[in-house]
Amino acid sequence: MTLLVFVFVLSVFLGLELISKVPSQLHSPLMSGSNAISGITVVAALVAAGLDDGSRLTAALGFLALVLATVNVVGGYLVTDRMLAMFRKKPGQEKSR
Amino acid sequence: MNGAFVEFAYIAAAVLFIFGLKMLGAARTARRGNAVSAAGMLIAIAATLGVSGVVSYPLLFAGLALGGALGAVAARRVHMTAMPQMVALFNGFGGLASLLVGWAEYHRALRVEQLALPPFTAVSIYLAALIGGVTFTGSIVAYAKLAEIIPGRPLLFRGQKALNAALLAAALVLLAIGGAAPESTYGLFLVAAALAFALGVLAVIPIGGADMPVVISLLNSYSGLAACAAGFIIQNTVLVVAGCLVGASGLILTQIMCKAMNRSLGNVLFSGFGAAPAAGAAGAPRRDVQPITAEDAYYLLEAARSVVIVPGYGMAVAQAQHVVRELGDLLEARGGDVAYAIHPVAGRMPGHMNVLLAEANVPYEKLVEPGDVNPLMSAVDVVLVIGANDVVNPAAREDPASPIYGMPIIHADEAKACIVLKRSMASGFAGIDNPLFFKDNARMLFGDAKASVAALANQLKETENP
Repeated sequence: MTLLVFVFVLSVFLGLELISKVPSQLHSPLMSGSNAISGITVVAALVAAGLDDGSRLTAALGFLALVLATVNVVGGYLVTDRMLAMFRKKPGQEKSR
Repeated sequence: MNGAFVEFAYIAAAVLFIFGLKMLGAARTARRGNAVSAAGMLIAIAATLGVSGVVSYPLLFAGLALGGALGAVAARRVHMTAMPQMVALFNGFGGLASLLVGWAEYHRALRVEQLALPPFTAVSIYLAALIGGVTFTGSIVAYAKLAEIIPGRPLLFRGQKALNAALLAAALVLLAIGGAAPESTYGLFLVAAALAFALGVLAVIPIGGADMPVVISLLNSYSGLAACAAGFIIQNTVLVVAGCLVGASGLILTQIMCKAMNRSLGNVLFSGFGAAPAAGAAGAPRRDVQPITAEDAYYLLEAARSVVIVPGYGMAVAQAQHVVRELGDLLEARGGDVAYAIHPVAGRMPGHMNVLLAEANVPYEKLVEPGDVNPLMSAVDVVLVIGANDVVNPAAREDPASPIYGMPIIHADEAKACIVLKRSMASGFAGIDNPLFFKDNARMLFGDAKASVAALANQLKETENP
Protein backbone atom coordinates (compact mmCIF):
# COMPACT_ATOMS: atom_id res chain seq x y z
CA MET A 1 0.00 0.00 0.00
CA THR A 2 2.67 2.56 0.94
CA LEU A 3 4.62 1.24 -2.02
CA LEU A 4 1.76 2.20 -4.32
CA VAL A 5 1.63 5.69 -2.82
CA PHE A 6 5.39 5.89 -3.32
CA VAL A 7 4.97 4.92 -6.97
CA PHE A 8 2.23 7.53 -7.24
CA VAL A 9 4.40 10.33 -5.92
CA LEU A 10 7.37 9.40 -8.10
CA SER A 11 5.14 9.15 -11.16
CA VAL A 12 3.82 12.67 -10.61
CA PHE A 13 7.35 14.01 -10.70
CA LEU A 14 8.21 11.85 -13.68
CA GLY A 15 5.14 13.11 -15.56
CA LEU A 16 5.87 16.75 -14.83
CA GLU A 17 9.49 16.33 -16.00
CA LEU A 18 8.52 14.35 -19.07
CA ILE A 19 6.06 16.83 -20.52
CA SER A 20 7.37 20.16 -19.31
CA LYS A 21 8.39 21.49 -22.73
CA VAL A 22 6.03 20.76 -25.57
CA PRO A 23 5.72 22.91 -28.71
CA SER A 24 2.24 24.42 -29.13
CA GLN A 25 1.80 22.54 -32.40
CA LEU A 26 1.62 19.34 -30.38
CA HIS A 27 -0.78 20.48 -27.68
CA SER A 28 -3.80 18.78 -29.24
CA PRO A 29 -2.12 15.43 -29.94
CA LEU A 30 -0.55 15.45 -26.49
CA MET A 31 -3.92 16.02 -24.92
CA SER A 32 -5.74 13.36 -26.88
CA GLY A 33 -2.80 10.95 -26.67
CA SER A 34 -2.66 11.23 -22.92
CA ASN A 35 -6.43 11.00 -22.87
CA ALA A 36 -6.07 7.61 -24.53
CA ILE A 37 -3.60 6.56 -21.84
CA SER A 38 -6.12 7.51 -19.16
CA GLY A 39 -8.17 4.67 -20.61
CA ILE A 40 -5.72 2.41 -18.74
CA THR A 41 -8.63 2.02 -16.35
CA VAL A 42 -9.62 -0.67 -18.90
CA VAL A 43 -7.27 -2.94 -16.93
CA ALA A 44 -9.29 -2.42 -13.77
CA ALA A 45 -12.47 -2.91 -15.78
CA LEU A 46 -11.19 -6.23 -17.12
CA VAL A 47 -10.52 -7.40 -13.58
CA ALA A 48 -13.89 -6.17 -12.35
CA ALA A 49 -15.78 -7.84 -15.20
CA GLY A 50 -13.57 -10.90 -15.44
CA LEU A 51 -13.71 -12.23 -11.89
CA ASP A 52 -16.79 -14.40 -11.96
CA ASP A 53 -18.09 -13.89 -8.43
CA GLY A 54 -21.64 -14.93 -9.21
CA SER A 55 -22.99 -11.42 -8.86
CA ARG A 56 -24.86 -10.01 -11.83
CA LEU A 57 -24.34 -6.46 -10.63
CA THR A 58 -20.55 -6.60 -10.54
CA ALA A 59 -20.48 -8.30 -13.93
CA ALA A 60 -22.78 -5.65 -15.41
CA LEU A 61 -20.86 -2.75 -13.88
CA GLY A 62 -17.57 -4.26 -14.96
CA PHE A 63 -18.83 -4.87 -18.48
CA LEU A 64 -20.12 -1.32 -18.86
CA ALA A 65 -16.82 0.03 -17.51
CA LEU A 66 -14.96 -2.20 -19.96
CA VAL A 67 -16.90 -0.92 -22.97
CA LEU A 68 -16.51 2.73 -21.95
CA ALA A 69 -12.81 2.42 -21.20
CA THR A 70 -12.19 0.60 -24.47
CA VAL A 71 -13.96 3.39 -26.39
CA ASN A 72 -11.66 5.82 -24.60
CA VAL A 73 -8.54 3.80 -25.44
CA VAL A 74 -9.24 2.89 -29.07
CA GLY A 75 -10.91 6.19 -29.98
CA GLY A 76 -8.20 8.20 -28.24
CA TYR A 77 -5.29 6.50 -29.96
CA LEU A 78 -6.90 6.57 -33.41
CA VAL A 79 -7.89 10.23 -33.17
CA THR A 80 -4.39 11.13 -32.06
CA ASP A 81 -2.91 9.18 -34.93
CA ARG A 82 -5.20 10.95 -37.38
CA MET A 83 -4.04 14.34 -36.13
CA LEU A 84 -0.39 13.37 -36.22
CA ALA A 85 -0.69 11.89 -39.70
CA MET A 86 -1.80 15.32 -40.90
CA PHE A 87 1.19 16.96 -39.30
CA ARG A 88 3.52 14.52 -40.96
CA LYS A 89 2.45 14.68 -44.56
CA LYS A 90 3.70 18.23 -44.94
CA PRO A 91 7.45 17.74 -45.47
CA GLY A 92 6.86 15.32 -48.35
CA GLN A 93 4.27 17.57 -49.86
CA GLU A 94 6.62 20.51 -49.74
CA LYS A 95 9.32 18.66 -51.62
CA SER A 96 6.90 17.80 -54.37
CA ARG A 97 6.12 21.46 -54.97
CA MET B 1 -0.59 -17.36 -16.53
CA ASN B 2 2.20 -16.85 -14.12
CA GLY B 3 1.64 -13.91 -11.78
CA ALA B 4 5.24 -12.72 -12.10
CA PHE B 5 4.90 -12.73 -15.87
CA VAL B 6 1.86 -10.46 -15.63
CA GLU B 7 3.77 -8.10 -13.33
CA PHE B 8 6.68 -7.88 -15.75
CA ALA B 9 4.30 -7.22 -18.63
CA TYR B 10 2.86 -4.32 -16.62
CA ILE B 11 6.35 -2.91 -16.09
CA ALA B 12 6.98 -3.13 -19.84
CA ALA B 13 3.67 -1.37 -20.48
CA ALA B 14 4.58 1.42 -18.05
CA VAL B 15 7.96 1.88 -19.76
CA LEU B 16 6.24 2.10 -23.15
CA PHE B 17 3.81 4.74 -21.82
CA ILE B 18 6.72 6.80 -20.52
CA PHE B 19 8.66 6.59 -23.78
CA GLY B 20 5.51 7.15 -25.80
CA LEU B 21 4.66 10.35 -23.95
CA LYS B 22 8.22 11.56 -24.21
CA MET B 23 8.18 11.01 -27.98
CA LEU B 24 4.75 12.62 -28.25
CA GLY B 25 6.36 15.85 -27.06
CA ALA B 26 8.59 16.28 -30.13
CA ALA B 27 7.29 16.84 -33.65
CA ARG B 28 9.60 14.37 -35.35
CA THR B 29 8.76 11.41 -33.12
CA ALA B 30 5.20 12.22 -32.11
CA ARG B 31 3.39 9.74 -34.33
CA ARG B 32 5.69 6.88 -33.39
CA GLY B 33 5.32 7.92 -29.76
CA ASN B 34 1.58 7.48 -29.98
CA ALA B 35 2.07 4.01 -31.48
CA VAL B 36 4.55 3.11 -28.73
CA SER B 37 2.06 4.13 -26.08
CA ALA B 38 -0.68 2.15 -27.85
CA ALA B 39 1.59 -0.89 -27.82
CA GLY B 40 1.97 -0.42 -24.08
CA MET B 41 -1.80 -0.42 -23.73
CA LEU B 42 -2.11 -3.58 -25.79
CA ILE B 43 0.44 -5.35 -23.59
CA ALA B 44 -1.33 -4.21 -20.43
CA ILE B 45 -4.69 -5.48 -21.73
CA ALA B 46 -3.27 -8.81 -22.92
CA ALA B 47 -1.48 -9.36 -19.62
CA THR B 48 -4.64 -8.63 -17.65
CA LEU B 49 -6.47 -11.37 -19.49
CA GLY B 50 -3.95 -13.70 -17.82
CA VAL B 51 -4.50 -12.44 -14.28
CA SER B 52 -5.40 -15.33 -12.03
CA GLY B 53 -9.12 -15.48 -11.33
CA VAL B 54 -10.11 -13.67 -14.52
CA VAL B 55 -12.37 -16.20 -16.19
CA SER B 56 -15.31 -14.57 -17.97
CA TYR B 57 -13.57 -14.47 -21.33
CA PRO B 58 -16.62 -14.34 -23.62
CA LEU B 59 -17.89 -11.32 -21.69
CA LEU B 60 -14.49 -9.64 -21.81
CA PHE B 61 -13.96 -10.16 -25.51
CA ALA B 62 -17.47 -8.94 -26.20
CA GLY B 63 -16.78 -5.77 -24.18
CA LEU B 64 -13.44 -5.15 -25.87
CA ALA B 65 -14.93 -5.72 -29.33
CA LEU B 66 -17.94 -3.49 -28.68
CA GLY B 67 -15.91 -0.67 -27.15
CA GLY B 68 -13.21 -1.00 -29.79
CA ALA B 69 -15.70 -0.84 -32.64
CA LEU B 70 -17.51 2.18 -31.18
CA GLY B 71 -14.22 3.99 -30.54
CA ALA B 72 -12.84 3.21 -33.98
CA VAL B 73 -15.96 4.35 -35.82
CA ALA B 74 -16.17 7.55 -33.79
CA ALA B 75 -12.50 8.32 -34.37
CA ARG B 76 -12.74 7.74 -38.11
CA ARG B 77 -15.98 9.61 -38.65
CA VAL B 78 -15.34 12.74 -36.61
CA HIS B 79 -14.58 15.96 -38.49
CA MET B 80 -11.39 17.70 -37.50
CA THR B 81 -13.49 20.73 -36.57
CA ALA B 82 -15.44 18.58 -34.08
CA MET B 83 -12.29 17.25 -32.45
CA PRO B 84 -12.58 19.18 -29.17
CA GLN B 85 -15.97 17.69 -28.30
CA MET B 86 -14.87 14.22 -29.36
CA VAL B 87 -11.88 14.34 -27.03
CA ALA B 88 -14.14 15.62 -24.26
CA LEU B 89 -16.53 12.72 -24.82
CA PHE B 90 -13.79 10.06 -24.78
CA ASN B 91 -12.43 11.65 -21.65
CA GLY B 92 -15.81 11.49 -19.95
CA PHE B 93 -16.12 7.79 -20.80
CA GLY B 94 -12.78 7.09 -19.12
CA GLY B 95 -13.97 8.90 -16.01
CA LEU B 96 -17.25 6.99 -15.89
CA ALA B 97 -15.38 3.71 -16.35
CA SER B 98 -13.28 4.46 -13.26
CA LEU B 99 -16.40 5.23 -11.27
CA LEU B 100 -18.06 1.98 -12.34
CA VAL B 101 -14.93 0.00 -11.47
CA GLY B 102 -15.06 1.54 -8.02
CA TRP B 103 -18.69 0.58 -7.63
CA ALA B 104 -18.14 -2.96 -8.88
CA GLU B 105 -15.26 -3.55 -6.48
CA TYR B 106 -17.22 -2.02 -3.62
CA HIS B 107 -20.20 -4.25 -4.29
CA ARG B 108 -18.03 -7.32 -4.62
CA ALA B 109 -16.20 -6.72 -1.37
CA LEU B 110 -19.24 -5.82 0.71
CA ARG B 111 -22.12 -7.83 -0.67
CA VAL B 112 -20.63 -10.74 -2.51
CA GLU B 113 -17.51 -11.72 -0.63
CA GLN B 114 -18.46 -9.89 2.57
CA LEU B 115 -14.91 -8.86 3.26
CA ALA B 116 -13.79 -6.13 5.58
CA LEU B 117 -12.52 -3.35 3.36
CA PRO B 118 -9.23 -1.85 4.52
CA PRO B 119 -9.60 1.93 4.91
CA PHE B 120 -7.05 2.54 2.15
CA THR B 121 -9.10 0.57 -0.37
CA ALA B 122 -12.34 2.13 0.81
CA VAL B 123 -10.97 5.64 0.40
CA SER B 124 -9.66 4.72 -3.04
CA ILE B 125 -13.08 3.44 -4.05
CA TYR B 126 -14.69 6.69 -2.94
CA LEU B 127 -11.99 8.69 -4.73
CA ALA B 128 -12.49 6.75 -7.96
CA ALA B 129 -16.21 7.44 -7.76
CA LEU B 130 -15.82 11.13 -6.87
CA ILE B 131 -13.11 12.03 -9.38
CA GLY B 132 -14.53 9.73 -12.04
CA GLY B 133 -18.02 11.13 -11.56
CA VAL B 134 -16.89 14.75 -11.79
CA THR B 135 -14.83 13.89 -14.87
CA PHE B 136 -17.80 12.21 -16.51
CA THR B 137 -20.50 14.84 -16.11
CA GLY B 138 -17.98 17.68 -16.44
CA SER B 139 -16.82 16.27 -19.77
CA ILE B 140 -20.38 15.70 -20.95
CA VAL B 141 -21.26 19.33 -20.19
CA ALA B 142 -18.07 20.45 -21.96
CA TYR B 143 -19.05 18.22 -24.88
CA ALA B 144 -22.54 19.73 -25.00
CA LYS B 145 -21.13 23.26 -24.90
CA LEU B 146 -18.59 22.54 -27.62
CA ALA B 147 -21.13 20.80 -29.83
CA GLU B 148 -23.47 23.74 -29.16
CA ILE B 149 -26.18 21.48 -27.79
CA ILE B 150 -26.34 23.88 -24.88
CA PRO B 151 -25.27 27.55 -25.00
CA GLY B 152 -21.53 28.07 -24.76
CA ARG B 153 -21.81 31.14 -22.60
CA PRO B 154 -21.46 30.81 -18.82
CA LEU B 155 -24.66 29.77 -17.05
CA LEU B 156 -24.76 31.48 -13.70
CA PHE B 157 -27.23 31.65 -10.87
CA ARG B 158 -27.32 33.19 -7.44
CA GLY B 159 -25.44 31.23 -4.80
CA GLN B 160 -23.70 29.03 -7.37
CA LYS B 161 -20.29 29.24 -5.76
CA ALA B 162 -21.70 28.60 -2.29
CA LEU B 163 -23.60 25.58 -3.59
CA ASN B 164 -20.49 24.18 -5.28
CA ALA B 165 -18.44 24.71 -2.14
CA ALA B 166 -21.12 22.97 -0.07
CA LEU B 167 -21.26 20.02 -2.48
CA LEU B 168 -17.49 19.70 -2.44
CA ALA B 169 -17.45 19.79 1.35
CA ALA B 170 -20.20 17.17 1.48
CA ALA B 171 -18.22 14.97 -0.91
CA LEU B 172 -15.16 15.21 1.33
CA VAL B 173 -17.23 14.34 4.41
CA LEU B 174 -18.62 11.29 2.64
CA LEU B 175 -15.08 10.33 1.68
CA ALA B 176 -14.03 10.47 5.32
CA ILE B 177 -17.05 8.51 6.59
CA GLY B 178 -16.80 5.96 3.79
CA GLY B 179 -13.10 5.46 4.46
CA ALA B 180 -13.62 5.00 8.19
CA ALA B 181 -16.63 2.67 8.09
CA PRO B 182 -17.16 1.32 4.59
CA GLU B 183 -19.25 -1.69 5.66
CA SER B 184 -22.14 0.33 7.00
CA THR B 185 -22.36 2.90 4.26
CA TYR B 186 -23.39 1.34 0.96
CA GLY B 187 -26.08 3.96 0.52
CA LEU B 188 -23.59 6.70 1.20
CA PHE B 189 -21.45 5.45 -1.64
CA LEU B 190 -24.29 5.94 -4.09
CA VAL B 191 -24.95 9.39 -2.61
CA ALA B 192 -21.27 10.21 -3.15
CA ALA B 193 -21.48 9.14 -6.79
CA ALA B 194 -24.61 11.26 -7.33
CA LEU B 195 -22.88 14.17 -5.64
CA ALA B 196 -19.92 13.82 -7.96
CA PHE B 197 -22.25 13.90 -10.97
CA ALA B 198 -23.90 17.07 -9.73
CA LEU B 199 -20.58 18.67 -8.94
CA GLY B 200 -19.23 17.95 -12.43
CA VAL B 201 -22.22 19.64 -14.05
CA LEU B 202 -22.23 22.62 -11.71
CA ALA B 203 -18.47 23.13 -11.99
CA VAL B 204 -18.47 23.37 -15.79
CA ILE B 205 -21.71 25.23 -16.63
CA PRO B 206 -20.39 28.57 -15.32
CA ILE B 207 -17.36 28.36 -17.61
CA GLY B 208 -17.57 30.08 -20.99
CA GLY B 209 -16.76 28.54 -24.36
CA ALA B 210 -13.57 30.52 -24.81
CA ASP B 211 -12.17 28.95 -21.64
CA MET B 212 -12.80 25.41 -22.86
CA PRO B 213 -9.12 24.74 -23.68
CA VAL B 214 -8.44 25.06 -19.95
CA VAL B 215 -11.44 22.97 -18.95
CA ILE B 216 -10.64 20.12 -21.33
CA SER B 217 -7.02 20.03 -20.19
CA LEU B 218 -8.10 19.96 -16.57
CA LEU B 219 -10.73 17.24 -17.08
CA ASN B 220 -8.08 15.24 -18.90
CA SER B 221 -5.95 15.52 -15.81
CA TYR B 222 -8.87 14.37 -13.63
CA SER B 223 -9.50 11.29 -15.74
CA GLY B 224 -5.88 10.30 -15.15
CA LEU B 225 -6.29 10.73 -11.42
CA ALA B 226 -9.50 8.67 -11.50
CA ALA B 227 -7.55 5.88 -13.20
CA CYS B 228 -4.93 6.24 -10.45
CA ALA B 229 -7.62 5.74 -7.82
CA ALA B 230 -8.83 2.64 -9.68
CA GLY B 231 -5.24 1.42 -9.57
CA PHE B 232 -5.17 1.85 -5.80
CA ILE B 233 -8.34 -0.21 -5.52
CA ILE B 234 -7.04 -3.23 -7.40
CA GLN B 235 -3.45 -2.64 -6.19
CA ASN B 236 -2.12 -2.32 -9.70
CA THR B 237 1.02 -0.28 -10.39
CA VAL B 238 0.56 0.24 -14.12
CA LEU B 239 -2.73 2.05 -13.50
CA VAL B 240 -1.09 4.26 -10.93
CA VAL B 241 1.86 5.11 -13.16
CA ALA B 242 -0.17 5.70 -16.33
CA GLY B 243 -2.88 7.61 -14.47
CA CYS B 244 -0.27 9.85 -12.88
CA LEU B 245 1.40 10.58 -16.21
CA VAL B 246 -1.95 11.70 -17.61
CA GLY B 247 -2.70 13.70 -14.50
CA ALA B 248 0.62 15.50 -14.81
CA SER B 249 0.36 16.17 -18.53
CA GLY B 250 -3.17 17.51 -18.16
CA LEU B 251 -1.99 19.78 -15.38
CA ILE B 252 0.88 21.13 -17.47
CA LEU B 253 -1.40 21.86 -20.42
CA THR B 254 -3.84 23.57 -18.04
CA GLN B 255 -1.03 25.75 -16.79
CA ILE B 256 0.15 26.63 -20.31
CA MET B 257 -3.40 27.63 -21.30
CA CYS B 258 -3.87 29.78 -18.20
CA LYS B 259 -0.55 31.50 -18.82
CA ALA B 260 -1.57 32.25 -22.41
CA MET B 261 -4.56 34.13 -21.03
CA ASN B 262 -2.68 35.68 -18.14
CA ARG B 263 -5.30 34.36 -15.73
CA SER B 264 -5.13 32.09 -12.75
CA LEU B 265 -6.78 28.69 -12.79
CA GLY B 266 -9.08 29.88 -10.02
CA ASN B 267 -10.18 32.81 -12.15
CA VAL B 268 -10.94 30.53 -15.11
CA LEU B 269 -12.91 28.07 -13.01
CA PHE B 270 -14.87 30.36 -10.77
CA SER B 271 -15.20 33.84 -12.26
CA GLY B 272 -18.02 33.06 -14.73
CA PHE B 273 -15.86 34.90 -17.22
CA GLY B 274 -17.75 36.68 -19.99
CA ALA B 275 -21.19 36.18 -18.49
CA ALA B 276 -21.99 39.84 -17.96
CA PRO B 277 -21.67 41.91 -21.12
CA ALA B 278 -18.63 43.74 -19.82
CA ALA B 279 -18.55 47.41 -20.68
CA GLY B 280 -14.97 47.34 -21.95
CA ALA B 281 -13.70 50.88 -22.42
CA ALA B 282 -16.55 52.48 -20.57
CA GLY B 283 -17.35 55.97 -21.71
CA ALA B 284 -15.14 55.81 -24.78
CA PRO B 285 -16.81 57.51 -27.71
CA ARG B 286 -18.44 54.79 -29.74
CA ARG B 287 -17.84 55.16 -33.46
CA ASP B 288 -19.22 53.05 -36.23
CA VAL B 289 -17.34 50.17 -37.69
CA GLN B 290 -16.25 50.42 -41.30
CA PRO B 291 -17.71 47.56 -43.32
CA ILE B 292 -15.98 46.49 -46.50
CA THR B 293 -17.05 44.42 -49.47
CA ALA B 294 -15.16 41.35 -50.61
CA GLU B 295 -14.13 43.28 -53.70
CA ASP B 296 -12.59 46.14 -51.75
CA ALA B 297 -10.94 43.66 -49.41
CA TYR B 298 -9.46 42.05 -52.49
CA TYR B 299 -7.89 45.36 -53.57
CA LEU B 300 -6.31 45.71 -50.16
CA LEU B 301 -4.93 42.18 -50.28
CA GLU B 302 -3.82 42.47 -53.86
CA ALA B 303 -1.54 45.37 -53.03
CA ALA B 304 -0.18 43.77 -49.87
CA ARG B 305 3.39 42.55 -49.74
CA SER B 306 3.07 40.93 -46.37
CA VAL B 307 -0.05 39.34 -44.95
CA VAL B 308 -0.62 37.79 -41.53
CA ILE B 309 -3.62 35.52 -41.10
CA VAL B 310 -5.06 35.20 -37.59
CA PRO B 311 -7.47 32.26 -37.39
CA GLY B 312 -9.88 31.69 -34.53
CA TYR B 313 -12.85 29.59 -33.54
CA GLY B 314 -14.91 31.18 -36.33
CA MET B 315 -12.68 29.47 -38.88
CA ALA B 316 -13.40 26.14 -37.23
CA VAL B 317 -17.16 26.76 -37.14
CA ALA B 318 -17.23 27.73 -40.82
CA GLN B 319 -14.86 24.84 -41.68
CA ALA B 320 -12.91 27.44 -43.63
CA GLN B 321 -9.40 26.03 -43.12
CA HIS B 322 -9.07 24.68 -46.67
CA VAL B 323 -10.14 27.90 -48.42
CA VAL B 324 -7.90 29.84 -46.04
CA ARG B 325 -4.94 27.75 -47.16
CA GLU B 326 -5.96 28.30 -50.78
CA LEU B 327 -6.08 32.06 -50.23
CA GLY B 328 -2.68 31.96 -48.56
CA ASP B 329 -1.20 30.01 -51.47
CA LEU B 330 -2.65 32.45 -54.02
CA LEU B 331 -1.19 35.42 -52.17
CA GLU B 332 2.18 33.73 -52.05
CA ALA B 333 2.02 32.89 -55.73
CA ARG B 334 1.78 36.63 -56.34
CA GLY B 335 4.97 37.16 -54.39
CA GLY B 336 3.33 38.11 -51.11
CA ASP B 337 4.69 37.01 -47.78
CA VAL B 338 2.10 35.04 -45.79
CA ALA B 339 2.27 33.90 -42.17
CA TYR B 340 -0.34 32.40 -39.86
CA ALA B 341 -0.29 33.81 -36.35
CA ILE B 342 -1.60 31.23 -33.88
CA HIS B 343 -2.60 32.20 -30.37
CA PRO B 344 -2.26 29.31 -27.89
CA VAL B 345 -5.89 29.60 -26.75
CA ALA B 346 -7.45 30.29 -30.16
CA GLY B 347 -10.24 27.77 -30.67
CA ARG B 348 -11.72 25.37 -28.19
CA MET B 349 -8.89 23.02 -27.29
CA PRO B 350 -5.15 23.42 -26.87
CA GLY B 351 -3.54 23.54 -30.32
CA HIS B 352 -6.92 23.58 -32.10
CA MET B 353 -5.79 25.92 -34.90
CA ASN B 354 -2.62 23.93 -35.50
CA VAL B 355 -4.66 20.80 -36.09
CA LEU B 356 -7.05 22.49 -38.51
CA LEU B 357 -4.31 24.19 -40.52
CA ALA B 358 -2.38 20.94 -40.62
CA GLU B 359 -5.48 19.28 -42.02
CA ALA B 360 -5.49 21.91 -44.76
CA ASN B 361 -1.77 21.25 -45.42
CA VAL B 362 -0.48 24.59 -44.28
CA PRO B 363 3.27 24.06 -43.81
CA TYR B 364 4.32 24.16 -40.19
CA GLU B 365 6.99 26.80 -40.96
CA LYS B 366 4.23 29.24 -41.89
CA LEU B 367 2.81 29.20 -38.36
CA VAL B 368 4.14 31.85 -36.02
CA GLU B 369 3.56 32.55 -32.36
CA PRO B 370 2.26 35.91 -31.13
CA GLY B 371 5.56 36.78 -29.45
CA ASP B 372 7.44 36.36 -32.72
CA VAL B 373 5.07 38.25 -35.00
CA ASN B 374 4.13 41.17 -32.74
CA PRO B 375 7.45 43.05 -32.94
CA LEU B 376 7.20 43.01 -36.75
CA MET B 377 3.53 43.94 -36.89
CA SER B 378 3.96 47.59 -37.95
CA ALA B 379 5.62 46.37 -41.16
CA VAL B 380 2.73 44.06 -42.02
CA ASP B 381 0.47 45.39 -44.79
CA VAL B 382 -2.69 43.43 -44.02
CA VAL B 383 -3.77 41.33 -41.09
CA LEU B 384 -6.65 39.04 -41.94
CA VAL B 385 -8.56 38.10 -38.78
CA ILE B 386 -10.67 35.05 -39.55
CA GLY B 387 -13.19 34.35 -36.84
CA ALA B 388 -10.87 35.35 -34.02
CA ASN B 389 -11.92 37.96 -31.51
CA ASP B 390 -10.56 37.99 -27.98
CA VAL B 391 -7.03 37.04 -29.03
CA VAL B 392 -6.76 40.24 -31.11
CA ASN B 393 -8.58 42.52 -28.68
CA PRO B 394 -6.37 45.54 -27.98
CA ALA B 395 -8.31 46.16 -24.78
CA ALA B 396 -6.05 43.50 -23.31
CA ARG B 397 -3.21 45.97 -23.74
CA GLU B 398 -4.90 49.33 -23.37
CA ASP B 399 -7.86 49.10 -21.04
CA PRO B 400 -7.13 48.22 -17.41
CA ALA B 401 -10.89 47.94 -16.81
CA SER B 402 -11.26 45.16 -19.37
CA PRO B 403 -11.68 41.63 -18.00
CA ILE B 404 -8.98 40.40 -20.37
CA TYR B 405 -6.52 43.16 -19.48
CA GLY B 406 -3.02 41.72 -19.37
CA MET B 407 -3.71 38.78 -21.66
CA PRO B 408 -0.97 38.44 -24.28
CA ILE B 409 -2.62 39.07 -27.65
CA ILE B 410 -1.74 39.29 -31.32
CA HIS B 411 -1.32 42.99 -32.07
CA ALA B 412 -3.44 43.00 -35.21
CA ASP B 413 -4.32 46.65 -34.65
CA GLU B 414 -0.70 47.71 -35.21
CA ALA B 415 -0.59 46.50 -38.80
CA LYS B 416 -1.12 48.98 -41.65
CA ALA B 417 -4.54 47.52 -42.33
CA CYS B 418 -6.67 44.92 -40.66
CA ILE B 419 -9.57 43.05 -42.23
CA VAL B 420 -11.83 41.31 -39.76
CA LEU B 421 -14.00 38.49 -41.08
CA LYS B 422 -17.00 38.11 -38.84
CA ARG B 423 -20.52 36.76 -39.02
CA SER B 424 -22.09 39.78 -37.31
CA MET B 425 -21.30 42.39 -34.72
CA ALA B 426 -22.21 40.03 -31.90
CA SER B 427 -19.44 40.01 -29.34
CA GLY B 428 -16.99 37.14 -29.03
CA PHE B 429 -17.34 34.24 -26.67
CA ALA B 430 -15.87 36.24 -23.84
CA GLY B 431 -18.72 38.71 -24.40
CA ILE B 432 -16.37 41.68 -24.45
CA ASP B 433 -16.43 44.61 -26.87
CA ASN B 434 -13.47 44.65 -29.19
CA PRO B 435 -12.08 48.17 -29.83
CA LEU B 436 -10.10 46.75 -32.76
CA PHE B 437 -13.24 46.79 -34.88
CA PHE B 438 -13.61 50.54 -34.44
CA LYS B 439 -10.04 51.52 -35.28
CA ASP B 440 -9.26 53.61 -38.35
CA ASN B 441 -7.20 50.91 -39.98
CA ALA B 442 -9.77 48.15 -39.43
CA ARG B 443 -12.37 47.02 -41.96
CA MET B 444 -15.16 44.56 -41.28
CA LEU B 445 -15.96 41.93 -43.85
CA PHE B 446 -19.28 40.50 -42.69
CA GLY B 447 -20.55 37.07 -43.62
CA ASP B 448 -19.72 33.42 -43.29
CA ALA B 449 -15.94 33.06 -43.04
CA LYS B 450 -15.78 30.30 -45.60
CA ALA B 451 -17.86 32.22 -48.16
CA SER B 452 -15.89 35.43 -47.60
CA VAL B 453 -12.51 33.77 -47.93
CA ALA B 454 -13.67 31.87 -51.00
CA ALA B 455 -14.84 35.13 -52.55
CA LEU B 456 -11.41 36.67 -51.95
CA ALA B 457 -9.65 33.63 -53.34
CA ASN B 458 -11.83 33.69 -56.46
CA GLN B 459 -11.06 37.33 -57.10
CA LEU B 460 -7.36 36.58 -56.85
CA LYS B 461 -7.71 33.60 -59.15
CA GLU B 462 -9.57 35.59 -61.78
CA THR B 463 -6.92 38.25 -62.00
CA GLU B 464 -4.24 35.62 -62.13
CA ASN B 465 -5.69 33.81 -65.15
CA PRO B 466 -7.70 36.40 -67.07
